[in-house]
Amino acid sequence: MTLIVKTITRLTIGIIFIYGIYITLQGHLGPGGGFAGGVIVALSFIHILLAFGKDVGMRKLTQKKVLFLMSLGAVVFLAAAVFNFTMRHNQEAYTLHAEKFRIFSSLFMPIYDIAVCFMIGTGLYAIFLALALFTAENKE
Amino acid sequence: MEIYLLLIFMIVAAVAALEIKDLISSVIALSAVGLSLSLAFLVLKAPNLAITQLVVELLCLILLIHATIKKDLPLVKDGRWLFNTVSTLAFVAVFLVFIYFALKELPVFGMPIMRVSGEYLDKGFSLTGAANIVTAVALKFRGLDSLGETVVIFVSAIGVLAVMRKVGKIR
Amino acid sequence: MEIYLLCLVLFCVGLYGAVRKRNLIKIIIGLVIMEYAVNLFLVLIGYRLQGRAPILASDQQVLNMVDPLVQSMVMTTIVIGLALIMLVVAIAVRIYEKYGTFDITKIRKLRG
Repeated sequence: MTLIVKTITRLTIGIIFIYGIYITLQGHLGPGGGFAGGVIVALSFIHILLAFGKDVGMRKLTQKKVLFLMSLGAVVFLAAAVFNFTMRHNQEAYTLHAEKFRIFSSLFMPIYDIAVCFMIGTGLYAIFLALALFTAENKE
Repeated sequence: MEIYLLLIFMIVAAVAALEIKDLISSVIALSAVGLSLSLAFLVLKAPNLAITQLVVELLCLILLIHATIKKDLPLVKDGRWLFNTVSTLAFVAVFLVFIYFALKELPVFGMPIMRVSGEYLDKGFSLTGAANIVTAVALKFRGLDSLGETVVIFVSAIGVLAVMRKVGKIR
Repeated sequence: MEIYLLCLVLFCVGLYGAVRKRNLIKIIIGLVIMEYAVNLFLVLIGYRLQGRAPILASDQQVLNMVDPLVQSMVMTTIVIGLALIMLVVAIAVRIYEKYGTFDITKIRKLRG
C-alpha cells in the first residue's frame, strides 16, 4: 500500500486494539461483550495485514502463536464452565455483592468474556490469514 | 415507524445487490443492507446486536472485496430465462404456502411470550452479577451454546485451511 | 403483522438470488441476505412495545424489558454466519483459481 495508508494505520492501530479490549472488558455492564470485542481485535490485526503485507503481519503474530492462543481460549472457557457447573448448587457464593455495577461485580463473567474474545479474535484472524496467505502462494 | 422505513430500504438495497451487473457495486449494496440491519437492531432495543452486526459487516465487506477485486470477470450470461425464472418462482411459492400456515401460530408483534426469559430477567442479576442480561444469558445460562459456536469457528478454520491448501504435494 | 410480511419479502429476495443467479458471488450475496432476514425475524419476535434494552442501570428501576433470550441466540448466530461466509468465499476463490470463472455452468466439466 502507499505511504499515506501506512502512516494512518500506524497512528490508528493501537486505538482500535484498545477499543476492542474495552468492549470486551465492560461486556457484562453495558453493550458489548466477547463476541464484538473479539471481532474488533481480529479487525485490528487484519488492518496490519492489509496495509503492510503478509510478511509484517506474520512477524507480529506467527501461525503457531495464533493456534496456541485459540486453543488457550477454548481451554480456559471449558475449565471455567466445568468449574461453574460443578459448583452450581452454591452459585451465589461466586458472585461478589460488595460493589455492584463495577468490573469486578461478578467473578466469572470477565473470565468468560476474555476467553471468548481470545477464541473469536484469533479464530477469525487465522481464517483470514489462511485466505490471504494461500491465495498469494498459489499465484506464484 | 422507523423500522418500516428501514425494512423497505433493506428490500430495495437487496434487489439492487442482486441485479447490478458490476460485482463490486453489488457487494457494496449488500453492505448497505447489513448496515441498515444494524440500525434496525438499534431501533428494536438490541444494542449488543447492533455493535456485533456493525463489526461483522465490516469484516464481511473486506472479505467479499478481497474475493472480487483484481479479477477479470467475464460477463455471466443467463441462459434459458423463462424456465429458470418460472421454476424459481414455483420454489418461492411453495415456501410461501408453508409460511401462510406458520404465520397464524406466531405471537402478535409487540407482545412476546416470555415464559423462560421472565425467569432470566428476574434472577439474572442476582445469580451472575452482570448488569447486561444478554451477556449473562449467552455466557452463563446458555454457556454450552457459546462453546458449540466456537467449535463451529474451529471447524470453519480447518475447512478453510483444507480448501486453500496447495495441492500437488504428492510426487 | 405487516412487519413479519416485509421481513419475509426480504427472505424471498435472498432465496430468489440464491436459487436463480448463476454467478457464484451473487449466490453468496443471496445467502447473506437470507441470513440477515432470519436474524431480523427472530429479533422482531422478541420485541415488546415501549420496551427497553435488557441492561440494568445503577440508579433507576428498569421495567418492561424486551426478550433477552432471543438476542443472545442471535448474537451467536451472527458470528456463526461470518464463519460460514468465510468458508464459502474460500471455496469460491479456489474455484476461480481452478476454472478462471465464477459461472457455475462452466464448472460442470471435469478438469485434471
